[in-house]
Amino acid sequence: MITITESVREKVGKHGKTRDALLPVLQDIVAEQNYLSDLAMVEVAKQLNISAADVFGTATFYSFLTPRPMGKYVIRVCKTISCSMKGKHEVLSTIEETLKIKLGETSADRKFSLLETNCIGWCHKAPAMLINDEPFTELTPKKVTEVLREYIKNR
Amino acid sequence: MVKLSVNGLLVEVPEGTTILEAARKLNFKIPVLCHHDDLCVAGNCRVCVVEQLGGKALLAACATPVAEGMQILTNSLKVRTARKHVIELLLSEHNADCTKCYKNGNCELQDLSNEFSVGDHIFLDLIYHKEYTIDRFSPAIQKDDSKCIRCQRCVRTCEQLQGVNALSVAFKGDQQKISTFFDHSMAEVICTNCGQCINRCPTGALVERTYLDEVWDAILDPELHVVVQTAPAVRVGLGEDLGLEPGERVTGKMVATLKRLGFNAVLDTDFTADLTIMEEGTELLTRLKKALVDKDESVSLPMTTSCSPGWVKFIEHTFPEYLPNVSTCKSPQQMFGALAKTYYAKARNLDPKKIVTVSVMPCTAKKYEADRPEMRSSGYKDVDYVLTTRELARMIRQAGIDFQLMKEDRFDKLMGSSSGAAVIFGATGGVMEAALRTAYELVTGREVPFEKLNITPVRGFEGIRQASVKIEGCLDEWKFLEGVELKCAVAHGLSNARELMQGVKDGKINVHFIEVMACPGGCLGGGGQPIPTNQVIREKRAAAIYAEDMSLAIRKSHENPEVLQLYRDFLGEPLGHLSHELLHTHYKERERY
Amino acid sequence: MRNIPVKRVDLIFEKVTCKEIFLKTLELKPEEIIQSVIESGLKGRGGAGFPTGLKWQFAAREKSNEKYIVCNADEGEPGTFKDREILDEVPEKVFCGMAIASRAIGAKVGYIYLRGEYKFLVPKLEARLNEFHKLMKSVGHDFKILLRLGSGAYICGEESALFESIEGKRGEPRNKPPYPTKAGLFNKPTCINNVETLVYTVMIQKYGAAHFKDLGTKDSRGSKVFSVSGDTPKAGIYELELGMSVQEFVDVFGDGDTKTVQVGGAAGFCVPRKRFDETIIGFEGVPTGGSMKLFNSSRSMYNVLHNYLDFFTEESCGQCTPCRVGCQQLLKGIEAVKKGEKSSKYLDELVKLAATMKLAAKCGLGQSVGNAFSSIVENFKEEIIY
Repeated sequence: MITITESVREKVGKHGKTRDALLPVLQDIVAEQNYLSDLAMVEVAKQLNISAADVFGTATFYSFLTPRPMGKYVIRVCKTISCSMKGKHEVLSTIEETLKIKLGETSADRKFSLLETNCIGWCHKAPAMLINDEPFTELTPKKVTEVLREYIKNR
Repeated sequence: MVKLSVNGLLVEVPEGTTILEAARKLNFKIPVLCHHDDLCVAGNCRVCVVEQLGGKALLAACATPVAEGMQILTNSLKVRTARKHVIELLLSEHNADCTKCYKNGNCELQDLSNEFSVGDHIFLDLIYHKEYTIDRFSPAIQKDDSKCIRCQRCVRTCEQLQGVNALSVAFKGDQQKISTFFDHSMAEVICTNCGQCINRCPTGALVERTYLDEVWDAILDPELHVVVQTAPAVRVGLGEDLGLEPGERVTGKMVATLKRLGFNAVLDTDFTADLTIMEEGTELLTRLKKALVDKDESVSLPMTTSCSPGWVKFIEHTFPEYLPNVSTCKSPQQMFGALAKTYYAKARNLDPKKIVTVSVMPCTAKKYEADRPEMRSSGYKDVDYVLTTRELARMIRQAGIDFQLMKEDRFDKLMGSSSGAAVIFGATGGVMEAALRTAYELVTGREVPFEKLNITPVRGFEGIRQASVKIEGCLDEWKFLEGVELKCAVAHGLSNARELMQGVKDGKINVHFIEVMACPGGCLGGGGQPIPTNQVIREKRAAAIYAEDMSLAIRKSHENPEVLQLYRDFLGEPLGHLSHELLHTHYKERERY
Repeated sequence: MRNIPVKRVDLIFEKVTCKEIFLKTLELKPEEIIQSVIESGLKGRGGAGFPTGLKWQFAAREKSNEKYIVCNADEGEPGTFKDREILDEVPEKVFCGMAIASRAIGAKVGYIYLRGEYKFLVPKLEARLNEFHKLMKSVGHDFKILLRLGSGAYICGEESALFESIEGKRGEPRNKPPYPTKAGLFNKPTCINNVETLVYTVMIQKYGAAHFKDLGTKDSRGSKVFSVSGDTPKAGIYELELGMSVQEFVDVFGDGDTKTVQVGGAAGFCVPRKRFDETIIGFEGVPTGGSMKLFNSSRSMYNVLHNYLDFFTEESCGQCTPCRVGCQQLLKGIEAVKKGEKSSKYLDELVKLAATMKLAAKCGLGQSVGNAFSSIVENFKEEIIY
């Protein structure tokens, strides 16, 4: 298994050691691990020669760079007005029932985390959600069940 | 030059001046919270908003440069409404338990809400809905998020002045807060306990951990013998918290008052400052000898001072590879503590168990230093309690003593005499100057070749200063130093220290001896000094320090009679066996977060 | 005032050969390019509406060997989704717009700041960027574009916050002045334009300034891409000529029961039915970055306002008092009024607070929350209270 030091070094190698590399490095770590552990942040701080508190402060400004452990698939259901008007609540409860987790929780097998998020730019096809980077739109309880079934089964 | 008007009065100021500064020139005080003269512009709190005639939005006076022909109103109806709103908003997320607050009476937010007669509490109490942490784990600093108004002065202090970055702004929106790494306790992170954040916090969010009650308990316990020591910088700062002007020397009044408070002995950290020079000076010369004569390449040079506990913790975290370079000398406070419970106890025929040592320091990091596990070489906790200058002022007020009316008195004997060299420990460059006064004379038998012993090149407020002294005409045993250009560097404020150490690391700075003081201006600008502290005040305190030095008969550490007596009666010689046991210490590498 | 009926335009999504257009601009002097953009009357399409040509001119006049073009693709305003479509459909036109701007102001490096929510576009954009860089090489123009991602922070759409974010910091807006054209990204002169704006500059080069200027009204030249959503049978993305009234818009896009239109997103303005006729969609009336959200009579405006305030409370960067605390007070305040914990008069206090936010907040976000709040509360007071 690759250590966190090596993993960060590889990312720093790709993006550079200057301050403006911080977000790309953190984004790459999240893409791999779905969250930022304290170890990862300390390592980034060391390699970019900035303070760990600064890394923590910067990361936590961004909703997607979360310091909380997340499942393999992070479901972010849009909660902003159009989606909220067009049936977000039903979609959300369907997800909760299907995955047996509540909003804000991660499933016991660490496969899914369920979050709400602010507008993701699919208002004309509301309600919408992201699973990791992939958007799903015009959701209905039926549609979201099908989407989730694929994730549970195949991936 | 730019011309503008403020409240109808014309003023001309250089380009780049802020509206705030321009208004000050006309004697219009615009209130500020996030702004601090020591720090870069933030423009966050919006208390300083002013109206520009014809402008759409209000402008933050602290963050907006003047422009030609500007017409500024600092007290218009729009401004007053907005300002009052801003103060009300800040209060709505502030735990305003003022009567219980440590900062009651010295709080900028309290003053502002008083000035603007805020009290309607127009808005909902937000503090009620939130969970806040109060971090009391650090022996030096207490952080109470419920009092924080997010002005970020502390963050800027920690980042810009100190280069430490223990504090950062974290999260956003209503969750935004001032946080350490992962919101760990201040005790667990890279914080150096310098307390500069406390000195700039406009509320009670960051305060020192106070030990006033413990000290009173000790004083009032007839079984205990309570010894107090006072650091050099306290005597040029204390007066400010007791109604005197910055820059007043209050040594005699302070001593008299301490006696009246009931301390059994009032002694001086200056005594151990002189002792530090003897030990540290010898250590430096020993290292130089090993390097120059024995060609021992394992000798760590440059040697750095170790009297500033903020600096010591900083280097432990940040440049651990340079720990062998740090002088093994304990700080004067800790040397004092160790001697108080050994040498002093013996001389006074006291049971060390019954001795309580209290120190009054311009410093919060000293609280942490006293708590270090290695600081128990007397067999007891060498220094029991550390009070800041501010805490002493509070004690004096509690005792109902009118400080200004006190007659001057003198320190008690045995560990109470001081040279001028010890006094200047309180200013940046002072340890260096004191060391040079002694080392040069030790090596050559002559006084340092500076007028009236004032080594001005190491004085001043420049962040990093370098100087050198050519050693000529050495005494026989120091012949190896003949012709050597003794090079030294001085830094104050940890961001300057960081730059200096980086310079050493990169090979750009080549010196023999480095003095670092964690706080801007040295101890006189310490995190335990009266609030406010700013550059004008620091300069006045510095002038007072140097005046105190000049006023003393003895100006060189090695001439302090009590120090000589100590070596004669107890220690033997500098770096001797007992010295090693009581006066020297070691350091450890710490995590970088 | 000329009223323009709802008229579809096809400039943004028109397929063009970027190489041709760019080669044409290469023959022009930078001042000539800038002049044509000034003449076209194009204003920024992100919402604030600063004249694009002037912005380019300011940046061009700065003497610096390091300048930047930044494409603001941090489309976070609720109800706005047209930039995603533009980047998905015609990314090379966005790149071409940046290249034209780089020629105009003398920049060698450009950044696209894409919101993290659109990360799924990255593989496509990277592939097209590859081709674009080959094109730049082949025509001998020294300009490269770097793609940077946001990570879920609405405020990074504010230009100076966006710079901070690219620089690897918290996306907190800066004090102004200095403005970006003087000291922007990495403190260098920077020209920052919205995705859509950049594409229009391409079309202005193709068809000439006059073609664009002839569209729209005196204050709102040209056309604009609208993101239509809410209670409408025709939700989607439409490029329309500027100058129509809200009524005309509702006639085409409404569901027959439109109560109000929120123009410009959560940070925009609420236009109630009684003002549909008199309100022009454009800089003379209600400016918009493209978001047109329709609400019919089944919707509670309390819920709408609550949703918006919840959004702002989370998405405020948190650094300035009026925005950080003001948003929370507005949110908790309407809740308290709704629950009867505060009297309806308290709403007046909140409206005054909103006015302070408009005046005293550090950046456009905090200022615009005040607008959005006042315009909903003023028009739907009963719905908020009862």
